[in-house]
Amino acid sequence: MIDPALPPHMRPDRSFQGLILALHAFWADKGCVVLQPYDMEVGAGTFHPATTLRAIGPKPWKAAYVQPSRRPKDGRYGENPNRLQHYYQYQVILKPSPADLQDLYLASLDAIGIDLKLHDVRFVEDDWESPTLGAWGLGWECWCDGMEVSQFTYFQQVAGIECAPVSGELTYGLERLAMYVQGVENVYDLNFNGREGAEKVTYGDVFLQAEKEYSRHNFEHADTAMLLEQFRMAESAAAHYLEAGWSDDRTRHLMAQPAYDQCIKASHVFNLLDARGVISVTERQSYILRVRELAKACGAAWLATEAGGTPAA
Amino acid sequence: MPDLLLELFCEEIPARMQAGAADSLRKLVTEALVERGLLYEGAKAFVTPRRLALAVHGLPASQPDTHEERKGPRVGAPQAAIDGFLKASGLASIDQAKIESDPKKGEFYVAHLHRHGRPTPEVIAEIVPAIIRAFPWPKSMRWGSGSLRWVRPLQSIVCTFGPETEEPEVVPFEIDGIASGDVTRGHRFLSSGAIRVRRLDDWMTKLEAAFVVVDRERRKDIILADARDLALAHGLELVEDAGLLDEIAGLVEWPVVLIGSFDESFLDVPDEVIRATIRANQKCFVLKDPRTGRLANRFILVSNLAATDGGDAIVAGNGRVIRARLSDAKFFWDTDRRTNATVPLADRLAKFQNVTFHEKLGSQYERIQRIAALAETLAPRVGADPKLAREAALYAKSDLRTEVVGEFPEVQGLMGRYYAELEGLDPQIALAAEEHYKPQGPTDRVPTAPVSIAVALADKLDTLTGFWAIDEKPTGSKDPFALRRAALGVVRIVLDNGLTLKLSEFVEPDLLAFFADRLKVHLREQGARHDLVDAVFALGQDAGSAEGATGTQKTLQDDLLLVVKRVEALGRFLRTEDGKNLLAGTKRAANILRIEEKKDGVSYGGGVDITLLHEPEERALADAIAKAGPLIATALGAEDFEGAMGVMASLRAPVDAFFEKVTVNAEDKALRANRLALLADIRAITRQVADFERIEG
Repeated sequence: MIDPALPPHMRPDRSFQGLILALHAFWADKGCVVLQPYDMEVGAGTFHPATTLRAIGPKPWKAAYVQPSRRPKDGRYGENPNRLQHYYQYQVILKPSPADLQDLYLASLDAIGIDLKLHDVRFVEDDWESPTLGAWGLGWECWCDGMEVSQFTYFQQVAGIECAPVSGELTYGLERLAMYVQGVENVYDLNFNGREGAEKVTYGDVFLQAEKEYSRHNFEHADTAMLLEQFRMAESAAAHYLEAGWSDDRTRHLMAQPAYDQCIKASHVFNLLDARGVISVTERQSYILRVRELAKACGAAWLATEAGGTPAA
Repeated sequence: MPDLLLELFCEEIPARMQAGAADSLRKLVTEALVERGLLYEGAKAFVTPRRLALAVHGLPASQPDTHEERKGPRVGAPQAAIDGFLKASGLASIDQAKIESDPKKGEFYVAHLHRHGRPTPEVIAEIVPAIIRAFPWPKSMRWGSGSLRWVRPLQSIVCTFGPETEEPEVVPFEIDGIASGDVTRGHRFLSSGAIRVRRLDDWMTKLEAAFVVVDRERRKDIILADARDLALAHGLELVEDAGLLDEIAGLVEWPVVLIGSFDESFLDVPDEVIRATIRANQKCFVLKDPRTGRLANRFILVSNLAATDGGDAIVAGNGRVIRARLSDAKFFWDTDRRTNATVPLADRLAKFQNVTFHEKLGSQYERIQRIAALAETLAPRVGADPKLAREAALYAKSDLRTEVVGEFPEVQGLMGRYYAELEGLDPQIALAAEEHYKPQGPTDRVPTAPVSIAVALADKLDTLTGFWAIDEKPTGSKDPFALRRAALGVVRIVLDNGLTLKLSEFVEPDLLAFFADRLKVHLREQGARHDLVDAVFALGQDAGSAEGATGTQKTLQDDLLLVVKRVEALGRFLRTEDGKNLLAGTKRAANILRIEEKKDGVSYGGGVDITLLHEPEERALADAIAKAGPLIATALGAEDFEGAMGVMASLRAPVDAFFEKVTVNAEDKALRANRLALLADIRAITRQVADFERIEG
């Protein structure tokens, strides 16, 4: 149930930001650290080091955050009511996954105004895999009245490393969820700030121009020569930081996160190159493999850090 | 007799795994019980999205007692032998063993070991955890901090055992921190709190009251009946879909069937595309309007909730998603039509240059060109216009680049036809676009239009020769490129359309043998006698002694239709008296020859000396064979198998008479050799038609 004390413009079913705030309040109350988005371009909330790296190693971890996600190929010049090259994911990671994770998730839906006696919520098989991150897990797509509103995954492996304990990951597609609770059919019609009349700001007011500009950029103008070079640079920088980060006896790593940043960079550059159509089918596989190798090396390095479970010397 | 109830309650099990899991649970538990001497009267497994359960009815309260006599060493044997015996038999001292005697061995020790059967719950407590730990899920996972693997997190276990009249006991065990008990839960949203259950009937009744239909088949029945009723109430027909029904039954514990609608303007989109969208993405049924035969703008959804508003919000929500999906489909359909109208086919084809068909077989573009050339060559043989066949082949794959097929691969071919019709292409081209993929399996429709046949054959032959050339042949159960299906497709197209086609002109001998195998399988499945099929196929395989008689045997098998006609004619002939007797005579001749040839170390045949023919019966046989030989050859040459069989029938009387009156193994060596040569002629002449030695009976 939505907090009855909320003024109308703060309600999760009236404003996009109200939805985010309600989820923050819910998960903060469950003991999560509420983080801010990672300050790099990523394809999904999973890439945030608070998920990828923290999912590896023995230490417990609970976090929630919004992550802008960039999918260059999904740009539609602002013409498709459902598809965006930049959108928001709300990401929750709980390690180890608690026994009542499904109930927690359902309670969070209730908190944003989805009445579970009125709406048909279903857990439909969906195995998750990220070839670039060397990660996979089992779980579901969560359906609300036939619409996929979240991904629910129990991580089994990340960066090629077996997860023990296992993390539970929840990813809410914020725009879809907001469209659902606000009852609008076009993402650009979403009420962003919850105000009406002259004070109302829509999702379109904030992002429509950006969608058009980035679609042009992603499909037509992104400088491929530069991107190819950036990929190589990120790859070699990652290798360099990884090597330089090992302690002399190679038992501890002191620079896993900067190395991982370069892995993220390489992944996004690859996505842009892919959207520009300059990567052939056979090359595609080899690019994915190269990013995965970086991710695996970063995962191994992370295990040798304090947060990864190796005590400081 | 007591019953066992086992329920494994967990987070949502993927729909596609449920039926298999129920089977496995039943098999694994009952087999383990029987192995331990616990026979049962009946067992039934249940599965819902959240629980996997098993009821075993009529088990004994404990394992049967056993008695074993174990022979030991003789009395007075060394202490080491006695100690070993005590250890192995579990006796405390040798006084506990009996002394028996035997005239040969004398006196020796025997341990009489009585074992009380263990109580059944104890055995169950041992069996079930082991089965859970090694359960054959197609994919399983870990969760939390545990190490147990299950399809999704396992939450609780009910395991009770007891007779019908008494309060059953909980079979106690623990697995990875989960203790067995007698408490379960009902529907996720419609029920709350723990439910204590005793045995099967109690479990079923209480769960039903808690909005869970535990029996999968019953859920299917409910869905189907309600869906049909709801359709009928709207004057419509449900488009039934067994696969979808199976899946949906695995997504709900409490099926509630609802009907929704979408804007009529979406009906511009082809029915098949609407159905594919609604089925694949939304797992909903579509409905047909019996007056038009086309889809209606309605859909049937199956929710898992008896909602407080009667389902209005659920219908509205699903309707919105379907609207969005159909908007996409309509957008794809409109885009394709626009593109097809403005971009010439040649330009569309050029795009296939960038699509790899297979790393070693080049681009899709090159493949299309090959298929077009082959279709043109094949066209005159199948009664098609070569130019039209070529055009049809160039067009046939063009829908692979369309938006609709990109989104819904299952409508490939069909979209090609629709787009061809819209472009105003020749109807035969449109039809070939759809039909050239056919037949997809042993029951799929076979194309009959000549242009479709030419393109379908060309498509399949190109696939087969291509993968053969790069040595990607099917092995065992592995056939990643569906080459068996392609070859069977060729076989069926040829046979069903009565095509005379020498496959050896198009494929290499190794691939020809693959076709022969497919043909054999096909004919057997059609009910043809496998021995007759083998007998006909054997002709081309060994350079038989009939060589020279007609010269056609070697290449016989590459004409599938002729093989089949020959098998059929042979079958009919062998049902006649003449056929049966000639078969017996031929086999007798072959047997004698085999024995004598082995004895003599020579191979008979190649000419009978007429001057050595003394008996009238042997002269008559030689005459008959000499007369029949050219007649059979002529008939076979004209593919007149009935005629050939008729001539064969004329041999029956002289063969029978020969065996009755003439002694083959005559004293005179020259005479004997000549008669054996005559037998060889019988064998040879029948081999013109089939290898009779391979025929049973």
